[in-house]
Amino acid sequence: MMIPACPLADLPRGEAFRLETDPPVTVFHTDDGELFAIDDTCTHQDASLADGWVEGCWVECPLHASKFNLKTGEVDAPPAKLPVRTHEVVVQDGMIYVQLSTAAPNLPHCVTARLAGALA
Amino acid sequence: MRTVAVVGASLAGLSAVRSLRKQGYDGRLVVIGDELHRPYDRPPLSKEFLAGTIGEADLALETDDEDLRAEWLLGTRATGLDRTDRAVRLADGSEVRADGVVIATGAAARTLPGSEGLAGVHVVRTLDDARTLRDELARGGRLVVIGGGFIGAEVASTAYALGLDVTVVEAAPTPLAGPLGETMGAIVTALHTDHGVRLLCGVGVKGLSGEHQVDAVLLQDGRSIPADIVVVGVGARPCVEWLEGSGVELDNGVKCGSDGRTSLAGVVAVGDCANWYDPRTGAHRRVEHWTGALERPAAAVATLLAGGAVEPGLPRPPYFWSDQYGVKIQFVGHAAGADSVTIEEGSAEDRNVLAVYRRAGEPVAVLGMNQPRLFTRWRKQLARPAS
Ligand SMILES: Cc1cc2nc3c(=O)[nH]c(=O)nc-3n(C[C@H](O)[C@H](O)[C@H](O)COP(=O)(O)OP(=O)(O)OC[C@H]3O[C@@H](n4cnc5c(N)ncnc54)[C@H](O)[C@@H]3O)c2cc1C
Ligand code: FES
Repeated sequence: MMIPACPLADLPRGEAFRLETDPPVTVFHTDDGELFAIDDTCTHQDASLADGWVEGCWVECPLHASKFNLKTGEVDAPPAKLPVRTHEVVVQDGMIYVQLSTAAPNLPHCVTARLAGALA
Repeated sequence: MRTVAVVGASLAGLSAVRSLRKQGYDGRLVVIGDELHRPYDRPPLSKEFLAGTIGEADLALETDDEDLRAEWLLGTRATGLDRTDRAVRLADGSEVRADGVVIATGAAARTLPGSEGLAGVHVVRTLDDARTLRDELARGGRLVVIGGGFIGAEVASTAYALGLDVTVVEAAPTPLAGPLGETMGAIVTALHTDHGVRLLCGVGVKGLSGEHQVDAVLLQDGRSIPADIVVVGVGARPCVEWLEGSGVELDNGVKCGSDGRTSLAGVVAVGDCANWYDPRTGAHRRVEHWTGALERPAAAVATLLAGGAVEPGLPRPPYFWSDQYGVKIQFVGHAAGADSVTIEEGSAEDRNVLAVYRRAGEPVAVLGMNQPRLFTRWRKQLARPAS
């Protein structure tokens, strides 16, 4: 599914834009001018990676500092152990779109439990 | 370098092992740890694990497919370090000779003198501690936490959520005043009373009462607080007794440079046992924080592999977090040097603040309560070298 995010002009380098999809997805515009989209929720606990610290093509989780590779989703070190899902980013006519991945997300325990609770 | 021994098989030790392999060390790697467990994560021991929402498998710090090509001597205590041939002596009388040694023996919980052998009295440092306490908390009752520091406060918050009747006793007038300063220490500590957890400050503990099982905590002012379970959270001491007489300089842990180098060549120290030099403050400090134990071994290993011939970079300012009563608390820097603290965002009443500590106008520390986004920006700013 292709989802419109925001106009490229509204997302300066170094900034992130969070899409309120379920689960949420964040588009990062790196200092080098590249665009990446990954699941917004850290795979360790309920933190928003849009609030994180971006350096090169890594984002550091704002809570416990595991770093996720924006290109591949891989995680560098604990406490997170699972990668985040990555999504394809397309820019058309100055608009950023995200092509949502069909893989299963790696949501943290507490978020999965909350979703299950909400369904129950 | 043909053999490196890492003493202490927890977060800092594991990070050192990973850094060694990442930085190209290909020789023999021996990890010596006195606990029987593979490296596990401690912060959940007072939080999610104690609450029963995550299990032991979730605490593992290694990933399933990880192969660090190390020999793990677990359940093995190091008893000495011989400086002449850099041999680590083990409790069973054997020794491991090494060309490089990483000291990562962490810290152990301080106990209350006279509480030995009394059932119902706990500290929380190891998985075994947390397992026993978790099982007792599950039975409910009255919990008295001695010490209003971070671990004590987290245990109180977890036990409160489990439905126990909780009292926190703290000797200082304001808990957390040491790490956070008076003003912010009081705001964070108010989380207890917000939730109906009793907080008794400025009063010392005289002792515990009970025959085989604890039944009350006796205070210096004569009061007696009934208790079914007591948690002693009065800090930790560095595990460095095994280094006495080794020539490694000890002073509140292992005294070392900003890159972990000790007074002995070929020996570095990392994690909670290391009292490292912080060039930002010009003083030595021993910090007991997760992120430092994770990050700093990379520099120590670089120093070890280069035989000390590298210039240490500027370490990031110390950072820690704590979770209490659903509030995410984050702190970076040094509160001790500050002459002012201002709330720049949110409000103390809502327990939602971003507070900046300054010294002569320059930010030296930042506290966040449920402010991860702003906090991260400040943390980034604080990490920049002073211009
Ligand atoms: C309950 C709890 C909650 C915490 N919560 C937080 C938090 O929210 N945020 C935060 O930033 N930090 C937190 N911390 C602190 C964090 O866990 C520590 O900073 C971190 O564990 C330090 O890692 P380390 O490897 O240096 O030491 P340790 O984890 O103490 O490991 C040292 C290891 O060495 C072993 N050892 C000791 N002596 C010997 C010997 N002679 N021979 C062989 N082995 C030996 C020990 O048994 C231990 O396994 C918490 C700690 C605890 C206990
Ligand atoms: S929530 Fe991201 S590392 Fe813990």
